[in-house]
Amino acid sequence: MITLENVSKAYGQHVALASTTLAFAARRTTALIGPSGCGKSTLLRLIVGLIRPNSGRVLVDGEALGRDNLNRVRHRIGYVIQDGGLFPHLTAGQNVMLLARHLQRPAEWISSRVRQLVDLMRMPAGLLERFPGDLSGGQRQRVSLMRALMLDPPILLMDEPFGALDPITRFELQEELKRIFAELHKTVVLVTHDMNEAAHFGDSIVLLREGRVVQAGTLEDLLRRPAEDYVRDFVRAQRTTLPPEAQ
Amino acid sequence: MMQRVLVLLLLLPGLCAGQGTVDVGSKRFTESYILGEIVAQTVRHAGEAAAVHHQGMGNTGIVFAALKSGSIAVYPEYTGTIAFELLRRPTAANIDELNRELAPHGLAVAVPLGFSNTYGLAMREERAAALGVTSIADLTAHPDLKLGLSQEFLNRKDGWPALRQAYRLPFTAPRGLDHGLAYEALAAQQIDVIDVYSTDAKLDKYRLRVLADDRGFFPAYDAVLLYRRELPARFPRSWAALQALEGRISTRQMIALNAQVELSGVPFAEAAGRFLAEAHGQRGEAASGQRPFLGMLFGADFWRLTGEHLLLVFASLALSAAVGVPLGVWAERSPRTGYWILAAVGVLQTIPSLALLAFLITLMGTIGTAPALVALFLYALLPIVRNTLSGLADIGASLRESAQALGLSSWARLWEVELPLASRSILAGIKTSAVINVGTATVAAFIGAGGYGERIVAGLAVHDNAMLLAGAIPAALLALLIQWVFDALDRWAIPGGLQRRDG
Repeated sequence: MITLENVSKAYGQHVALASTTLAFAARRTTALIGPSGCGKSTLLRLIVGLIRPNSGRVLVDGEALGRDNLNRVRHRIGYVIQDGGLFPHLTAGQNVMLLARHLQRPAEWISSRVRQLVDLMRMPAGLLERFPGDLSGGQRQRVSLMRALMLDPPILLMDEPFGALDPITRFELQEELKRIFAELHKTVVLVTHDMNEAAHFGDSIVLLREGRVVQAGTLEDLLRRPAEDYVRDFVRAQRTTLPPEAQ
Repeated sequence: MMQRVLVLLLLLPGLCAGQGTVDVGSKRFTESYILGEIVAQTVRHAGEAAAVHHQGMGNTGIVFAALKSGSIAVYPEYTGTIAFELLRRPTAANIDELNRELAPHGLAVAVPLGFSNTYGLAMREERAAALGVTSIADLTAHPDLKLGLSQEFLNRKDGWPALRQAYRLPFTAPRGLDHGLAYEALAAQQIDVIDVYSTDAKLDKYRLRVLADDRGFFPAYDAVLLYRRELPARFPRSWAALQALEGRISTRQMIALNAQVELSGVPFAEAAGRFLAEAHGQRGEAASGQRPFLGMLFGADFWRLTGEHLLLVFASLALSAAVGVPLGVWAERSPRTGYWILAAVGVLQTIPSLALLAFLITLMGTIGTAPALVALFLYALLPIVRNTLSGLADIGASLRESAQALGLSSWARLWEVELPLASRSILAGIKTSAVINVGTATVAAFIGAGGYGERIVAGLAVHDNAMLLAGAIPAALLALLIQWVFDALDRWAIPGGLQRRDG
């Protein structure tokens, strides 16, 4: 369970996130959605401690993020970003194992965990020997997800994980991830600007605008009981232009 | 009891050094090389101590610093230089006066060798004989003579203007011309009188007469031995042999010795050996004639010089990398400190190498490898610090944050992620430093640290281009070799995922 209590973040005059109180349900997938610059990535970065709030506090499983527990809390969080963030000097496998090796997990534990993840991700053999530069965009995101899942963290944060993929790869990976999330029952927070993606994954959806939470609820809530006109506008703007039979 | 221990302690250094070595210095010009060699060979011949000749050490400041620090015990110097440059007196002084002022430094002068190397005016022998000119004063009777003087002499306050006044010379506008050309112009009879150094090798070649300075206008630059006061007591027999050199080298002999080395290409050690053999039947050293270039290039000293050069380059480089990479990391972590770190290593780079070496000799109280290593270490810092900093700064924010978000400790982030990602840039910095070091290390020969620079310095000093090239060519090849080795090292040391992919 992730909780934000009156958390705000500003860069100089620019308010990235106004004072926000929000809870993310455990073992559920929450989609953070909104236009660019609405503060959704800022929120994710606050949770993983890449930036510190100007006020308020972030609690992960009841534990407030501070200097001394930061890395310990991070080990309970997997974090995946748009371009994967894989280290180019390490092979895919070394990227996946880096943290576990740093924490001096036994070699047998590491290799058996990697095998589990390879099975889970249905990863072709030999791929882990390659450097990130030799992988396709979709493969990079899978490896990045494997790295995030290595320690089997209860929380998974994903910042536009499909943003850099072509439509076909994106579609395949979305299906794949939906299956994996259902299998793993993790607390997932997924940042996206695509309403369909949010609807596809999100048990609940949080809509942000200009650093402020506009509405938090299920897709049903947003469609039937929009908190403001903006919610309706946002949903309508994302409507597909294809005729219904094509969907 | 206590007193005995004290006496023993005081004697100990002397006792240990008893079988020791007399370190002889010399400056970077032919005459100093020859005289230094004469001193060293004389000491060796006395059979009491070994003698090491630290040849061609930088400039007056460096040799003097080496003498004061005890790195050398004796070197040939001129009374005028001691008075004006070392003691900063306004006027010349005789040996007794110099000794009074040198005593507080623990130094002394003695053994006037018998000649003076000062400014003088010279004419072609035949012309002077025809006109009956033997002294500067005689020139007043020949106002039609054409003078060609070096710019330096023309413009020094104690040069031409003062000389003209002292002798009331009738010449108004002498021509200023390059010192090297003056001899040719004189030989071609375009001019009649030039200024010279009184022991110049070319005086013989062009058959010139140096005019007597009958009014004593030019201060005496008498050649003497400048030494540490403890030398005579520590090595009495060697000292006695050196004292026997007093008055043994006439101006004419010195000119001939300079000419042998500069004009006939005789190695200076051999010229010195021949002189001593003639002077007192002492057997000379180094009896080889002019050597072919390849013989010189791969001479007996080749591997020693190579070893010394490699030691200078790589020991200082290792030190620079060990200090420079952490400094670069520090500079990247804290930009305010980084600004000062970069400013400091940048300023170091602008200090002329000879000035830095002279300063380090004074600071460390020794010459040779140690101050040379420190100087090279300091010069090698800038490329390493700067490339470490820029390599780290170029790492993208998303990679940096990925490492943080993983929960790696800051040490692990640096070691596992940031330094490997910056490795190409860091290695390039180390490579730059290595190649620069190969060049800079040749300067270390000025302070007796050896290496290929020894040949370059000697070649420069005695106008021997073959000798100079025998030092410069291996240094250049070594720089190329190091470049190749580092390129190969790149492939090995830079992580596979960061290797350049061609096609």
